Amino acid sequence: MPAQRSQMSLLRFLPAFLVLALAVPLLSACGYNTIPTLEEQAKASWSEVLNQYQRRADLIPNLVETVKGYASHEKEVLEGVVEARAKATQVTVTPETLTDPNAFKAFQENQAGLTGALSRLLAVVENYPDLKANQNFLALQAQLEGTENRIAVARRDYIESVRVYNTSLRTFPSMIWNALWFGNDPFQNFTAPDDAMQPPKVDFN
Amino acid sequence: MKPAGGTKARGSGVGGDEVRDPGPTPPRPATRIDPPHEGEGKARFTALFFLAFLLFPLAAAAQNLPALTGRVVDDAGLIDAATEALLVQKLADFEKKSSDQIVVATIPGLGGEAIEPYANRLFRTWALGQGGEDNGILLLVARDDRKMRIEVGYGLEGTLTDLHSRLIIENTMVPAFRAGDFSGGISRAVDDIVMVLEGNAAELEARAKRNENTARDPDTIFVVLFLIVWATIFLGGFAMAILPRIYGRKLGPGRYEWLGMSFNYNSSGRSSSGGSWSGGSSGGGWSSGSSGGGFSGGGGSSGGGGSSGSW
Repeated sequence: MPAQRSQMSLLRFLPAFLVLALAVPLLSACGYNTIPTLEEQAKASWSEVLNQYQRRADLIPNLVETVKGYASHEKEVLEGVVEARAKATQVTVTPETLTDPNAFKAFQENQAGLTGALSRLLAVVENYPDLKANQNFLALQAQLEGTENRIAVARRDYIESVRVYNTSLRTFPSMIWNALWFGNDPFQNFTAPDDAMQPPKVDFN
Repeated sequence: MKPAGGTKARGSGVGGDEVRDPGPTPPRPATRIDPPHEGEGKARFTALFFLAFLLFPLAAAAQNLPALTGRVVDDAGLIDAATEALLVQKLADFEKKSSDQIVVATIPGLGGEAIEPYANRLFRTWALGQGGEDNGILLLVARDDRKMRIEVGYGLEGTLTDLHSRLIIENTMVPAFRAGDFSGGISRAVDDIVMVLEGNAAELEARAKRNENTARDPDTIFVVLFLIVWATIFLGGFAMAILPRIYGRKLGPGRYEWLGMSFNYNSSGRSSSGGSWSGGSSGGGWSSGSSGGGFSGGGGSSGGGGSSGSW
């Protein structure tokens, strides 16, 4: 009957429309692959952070030797740096560091300790103009500043990628996939936003 | 769309009212309940819907980064025209030779930000250097803050080390800037950078060879046109099924009129105008080199290498 069919015409399409409205977003970008992809990106940023911290640690022996040549009686400061470096590099970083709050905090504190020791060393160097003019020292200082900047950039990148990853673990629908198939824990994030050492700028004139 | 008898009640009960005069308007099923001012509601909804889309770009606009208008972006007006032309030529030639992208930028001020994060942000926004190779260099001068920085991409950190950048800044740029000779200082600094990069000739050749056939980013207009065509083809069928029902005028059961077209949704003889047609290939070849007028970044990134200084 035409009259009956006209009343049902719109309703007939309603289920199809609803299914499309719900299914299309789910099928598009929030599928099975989201969580592993974001997790790998976060892990890659973490590797970069570790890489830069290691680079800083590698610069330190040379720095300590150069300073010792001019300021050998500044014993506590030099030893402080050596000890802080040993502490920061001794602890092996495992995948658990990323998800365990205590391990992550310990890592952060070790690196911050090294940053503090380096700041003190560079403050002491201010008193030795011969050392400041030494070519080797200038080269090391340029490298150290560059490494500090790279650490800052790597940390920012890591914070951003962890933010995206942790968000995907908590938002719909990827939280369903996490509960069903992955069971991942969120990654830890840096609490101090900028663990930046402020070396005194060398004035060339 | 008001019925002829404007004051009569609409949507009356199922039994049908003898007094009711259908008039010239088409008969409606008795059970249909029309919301008052149906046309107005639709119009308002549509307006709000599109307004929401207009608001989206505003959120992203608060960046205060200059646009990449060329290889020398002189927003602070420090470089004279002759030097700028010479620099652009030099940088273009160097990119042709080695695929490295060197860009000089001067800005009036940093707006309270430190120069290191600003330079890194600018470098990444402009995407200097070839994607994957990351062989870009940004020479940034902030006039009012009296600071400069050379930001080096990941791929060139081994050749143009932090020490090189520091020496170029301190020995070439700072004395010239203190004397007020910005054009000369920048020009000589660029020469120094090129010299350092050319100093490692074997690496330079290898890099150039690797990036010989880089596809430049297609001009945005082609991308936009392509998307419009694709959206029309892909979404058109869907839109044709839904939109006339909402916005069109109903001619009868399953028949609507909208924008001068008539749509018939009855199952017998489906012949909605505009039908569905499978999208064909919409032509390729967008990435066949830029037209030469525009310069754009190659998709590279920087990890914060380089050095800063002040004068």
